[in-house]
Formats: sequence, structure tokens, C-alpha cells
Amino acid sequence: MTLSPPRPATPALDEPRSTGSRVELRGIVKEFTGGARALDGIDLVIEPGELVALLGPSGCGKTTALRVLAGLESATDGTVLIDGSDVSGLPARSRDIGMVFQSYSLFPHMTALANVEFGLRMRRVPADERRLRAGDALEMVGLGGFGGRYAHELSGGQQQRVALARALVTEPRVLLLDEPLSALDARVRVQLRDEIRRIQQEFGITTVFVTHDQEEALAAADRVAVMRSGQIEQIGAPDEIYSRAATPFVAEFVGSSNRMRGSVSGGTVQLGTVRLPLIDATQPDGEVVAFVRPEDIRLSRASDCASGTASAGVVPAEVVSTSFLGSYRRTTVALEDGTVLTVQHPANLVPVADERVVLEFDGAPVAVSRWE
Amino acid sequence: MSARDTAGTEAVSRRDVSGVHPGPSTATRWVIVAVIGLLFLVPIASMLEFTLRGGLAGGYTLDRWAAVFGGGLTGEYKPIVTGLTNSLLLAVVTVAVMLVLLVPTMVLVRIRFPKLQRVLEFVCLLPITIPAIVLVVGLAPVYSVVARMFGSGVWTLAFAYGVIVLPYAYRSIQANLQAVDVVTLSEAARSLGAGWATILFRIVVPNIRRGLLAAAFIAVAVVLGEYTIAALLNRVNLQTALVVVSKADPYIAVIIALLALVFAFVLLVAIGRIGGGPGSRRRRTAPPAAPAAPTTPLAPATGAAEPTTQEAALR
Repeated sequence: MTLSPPRPATPALDEPRSTGSRVELRGIVKEFTGGARALDGIDLVIEPGELVALLGPSGCGKTTALRVLAGLESATDGTVLIDGSDVSGLPARSRDIGMVFQSYSLFPHMTALANVEFGLRMRRVPADERRLRAGDALEMVGLGGFGGRYAHELSGGQQQRVALARALVTEPRVLLLDEPLSALDARVRVQLRDEIRRIQQEFGITTVFVTHDQEEALAAADRVAVMRSGQIEQIGAPDEIYSRAATPFVAEFVGSSNRMRGSVSGGTVQLGTVRLPLIDATQPDGEVVAFVRPEDIRLSRASDCASGTASAGVVPAEVVSTSFLGSYRRTTVALEDGTVLTVQHPANLVPVADERVVLEFDGAPVAVSRWE
Repeated sequence: MSARDTAGTEAVSRRDVSGVHPGPSTATRWVIVAVIGLLFLVPIASMLEFTLRGGLAGGYTLDRWAAVFGGGLTGEYKPIVTGLTNSLLLAVVTVAVMLVLLVPTMVLVRIRFPKLQRVLEFVCLLPITIPAIVLVVGLAPVYSVVARMFGSGVWTLAFAYGVIVLPYAYRSIQANLQAVDVVTLSEAARSLGAGWATILFRIVVPNIRRGLLAAAFIAVAVVLGEYTIAALLNRVNLQTALVVVSKADPYIAVIIALLALVFAFVLLVAIGRIGGGPGSRRRRTAPPAAPAAPTTPLAPATGAAEPTTQEAALR
């Protein structure tokens, strides 16, 4: 980005920096009138410059957690710390936090430039500097020539870019993104997601990104916190969350999983003729449901298999249906005991309904839960 | 297939495709407009005709209209000037009372106490269900207190008028408030460092300008037409003055009533015209062409002659 002429004593928006703050949520509880508990003792530490995604289904409390952090909701109990200072009692306007909302939240009666200038105006930045910095921020999000436009003259993606510029121009300590991409179409969503990540890394700004879209969370975040019923079920790096789900809920919510009945003994689980390692090897022995990823099962035609019949680690099955999904294919198969599984395999293998196939398990560790 | 058959098929398919009946025909619409128009116009035309009558001599004359516009409202007609002045003063104070009390309350309820929405609506719509005479019975003892606190000036009537314009003002503002996502806008402003006063005056009010103007104009129209409360509380306004004058000269009273009607009509037309403001005029025009795009990761350098390429890349 080409910058405007030098300005007095204000850092350029495109200079790489590390201004991130450390954010801590300690035992946050939020109860709404009527006793509904949206947050049930959330503990979360976000390191400076880190992007953490809060991922979960609707009603799990992720947006409430973000709003408590922003100061738009007060916590019933617990403490919010930014760089070690308790900000729990501070109103939203004093927390120095930038926020992008799910619905386009541009002020309709202001131009894009005036929208971006608003936060600076609240901080009594002189008019010349304000215009310069707002212009830079718009350029940063690729909307340098759109400053004179009103919200209704911008597309959804452009409006969210302006909202992002508006949130960043004040150089906040923390950036909060409340499902900023959910109202956009798929192509723009991916484009803007990557752009958010680029800007976040360039600024080194501590960011919390709320989403119910696992792909968004896994692609953009340094760490993902999976939430359920007001609690964090698991927090970890995206590949850890995906491949080493700590709970059945995480295994089912992140990605897709096949549920297979089996029995645990000695830190492994027996699923029919197949024995697989456990993610949590301390599981007590007994009947369980195991969660096996579709991509951890290999599918081949029965005719291509050496024996063509059941043997250790190989399970015969019959094709129920198959779906083409671009670079890969998902096929639903039925085992001889009636268990229905979904298998992911290369698109060039095209099984047909009722065809005999064999399945081989990769041996990836699986999550299990007690059989109820 | 005949042309008639084709037309019939087209009409049916129009309904089928849209799923919505196309509505009454143009002729039906004109008939409806004509019937309703006559309901309004016949009394007004009759009033106009009455003011032009030549009295016992017969025929028609413009003398009375000339007298009104030639500064003839003196002497026995002076109460009209007093009443009109009082009514205009009352209109201004009533609008001020309504704006100062109702707008912040509605915004606060909308943003912070949404559960009180129904209660506020009930309270605001209540005056429309209470007959004026009942209101006055309740207001009479209240006004003895008001007179002790603020004196007995005619402007104090604005407190009562503030109550009777509530239903109309509430509806106008509420319709506009519902069309704007005030909650998210206020939260965005708060996160950017704005306090409540800034949110009210810089964010909310500009976005409900149309509703506020409509509320203000309707309040003016209601105040100019109010008679019962003023008469029963022994205050002089335009309507009570017209009644007094009509006993001496019914022609002049009807002329003034006609002028008040025209004024109210102009106000209501202005609601639709001025209320749109520059924002809505902009909306009706095509967006301005995008200027030349800078080179950014998302917007590859394009010439000034190709602004739509950048727009397409960013949408």
C-alpha cells in the first residue's frame, strides 16, 4: 500500500507491529433474567497477537462471551483482564476494543470515510489527521476510492471491510469479530476471511473471532475454543481440535464423524474386527461409542482387494449412496451388522449403489464416549 | 388461439409466477380515489362556496377573502389573531415537549429495556382511547397544580397537548425506529468510544429523522385542530377563537377554518417530501462511479476507466 505524505507522531496503519494485548477471562458467568445461564464459568487466556476462534452451535454462549469481553454485557460473576488490568467494571466505550458485528453496522447516514473517522472523532483526533488515518485504513482494506459512498451504495463484503477499517483505525488493544462473515456469500466469505487473517497478523492485534462455521475457525485461528452450553469443551490448535477431539461433542461438531459401537480394553477400542487406539488412553474398559472420521477409513472395490473378504482390519460393506463433492467423494456404506458409515475417498473412485466394497481403517486415534 | 385467450392465459400466468394477485385494475383504483376524494372535497367545497356567498343580495363575492388578507382581522376578529398566535406557540411547545420526553424514552426502551416496549406502547396509545371530556375531568385538578408551579399562561396547555399527541407521535417514531437496527448501531458506536448523548444525537436521531418530522408535523396539525381541552380549561386557541368569532361573523370563521385545513394539508404533504432528506434522494439516484482503484492485494491496479473491475473484485 502506498502511504500518504508523512504525518505527525501517529504510526502508519500499514507498518508491521506487535500491539497485541493479553486477554484473560476468569470464571466468567452470565445469567440472564429468568435464570438462563449463558456462560458457566469460562476461563480463557489469549496471548498477545493471537487469534482465537470461539466455535460452537447456536446458543452455546460464544457471542455472549464476546459481548462480555467488549463490555456490551456485564458478567454476573468473574473477571475480564486486559494486559493484567481488570476492565470488568469499565463501560464498552472505555475498553479500547474494536468490534465488527454480524449485521452490517455502518452508520447509514454517514459516508464510508465518516464511518471510519467516527472512532477517531470520539478520541478528539484533529480533523486533518483523522481524515488521513481513515483514508489509510480504507486503503488497507482495499476500499481507498470508496470513502464518499454511503452504506447502501456498498455491497455486503465492502460494508464489512469498512466496518473492519473502522474497528482498526483507532488501533484498539483487542479486535472482536462477531460472525463477521456469516451474511456474505461463499466466495466473498473466503476472500474476506483470508484478508482478516492477513491484517490481523500484520498488526499483531489480539483477536477473538466468533463463528459457528468450523471451516472458518480452523482456517483462520491460531487456536480454536469449542464451546457448548456456556462452557469451553476444548481449546487447542486447529489440527489438534480436529484430530484429537477431547470429547465426543467436539468430535461430532468439528468435522463429521461416524458413530460406531465398540468396547474399550487396555487403552484401545475394538470395533468389530478392527482395533483402534484411543485419543484418551486412560478411558476405563467397557462398552463405548467411538467417533471415526470419514477420511480415516479407506474404501476399495471388493474386486480390487486381495482376499475380497473380511480379515483383520478389513471390513466388507455394501454401498448405499455416493455424492460427488468436487475434489473428493463421500460414500455411505452399510456394514453387515447394519451399521451405516460415511467414507471420504478420491473422486476418481466411483462406487455404485449395492456394490460390494471393503473398508480399511487408517488406525488414527479415536474419541469415545460411554455407551448409554 | 384468439387474442382474448392469449390475454387470459397471460393474466393467469402472472398470478401463478408471482404468487401474488396483481391487485385492482387502474379503473377500480380511480373509482376508489374519486369516491374518497369526494368525501373530502364536498364539505370543503361547500365551505368555500359558503364563504363566497353575497348574502341577501345574492351572487358571489371575494370581499371577505380580500378583507382577511388585507389585514382585516381587527376589532371583533381580533380573537382569531390571538387564538392563532396561541395555537402556534402551543404547537411549538408541544413539539418540544414531545421530542424531549418521548424520543429519548423510546430510544432507551428500544436499546436497553426492550421488555418495556409493550408497556410504553400501551401508555402512549392510551390517550386515543380516552374521550377528551374524560381527559379534561382528570386534567382540571392537575392544572390547578400546574398553574401554581408555572402560572396560568396559555403555553401550559402544551402539557395536556403533549399527552394527546402521544399516540400519533409514538406511531410515527416507532415505525422509523423499527426500520433501523438501532441496537447494533448503538453498540457499534459504544465500542468506538461514544457515550449515550453522542449515540442519541449523532447516530439515532439522524436515522429516525423522517419519523421525527412526521411526529412533529402531526403534532402541529393536532394542536391546531384541538378545541375541547382548550374550551373546557378556559384557554384561548385558534379553535375556541373561531367559535367565538363565528357567532358574530360565520363567514370569516369558515375562511380561517379553511386556511387552517390547507395549512394542515401542506404539513402532511411536507412529511412525505422533506422527511426523505438527502439520504433518500441519494438512494433514488445511481451510485457515483468508483474512482480509480489503488493497488491492493484485493484490488489489482485498474485504470480509472475500469472502476467496475475493482467493484466486482470487492463484492
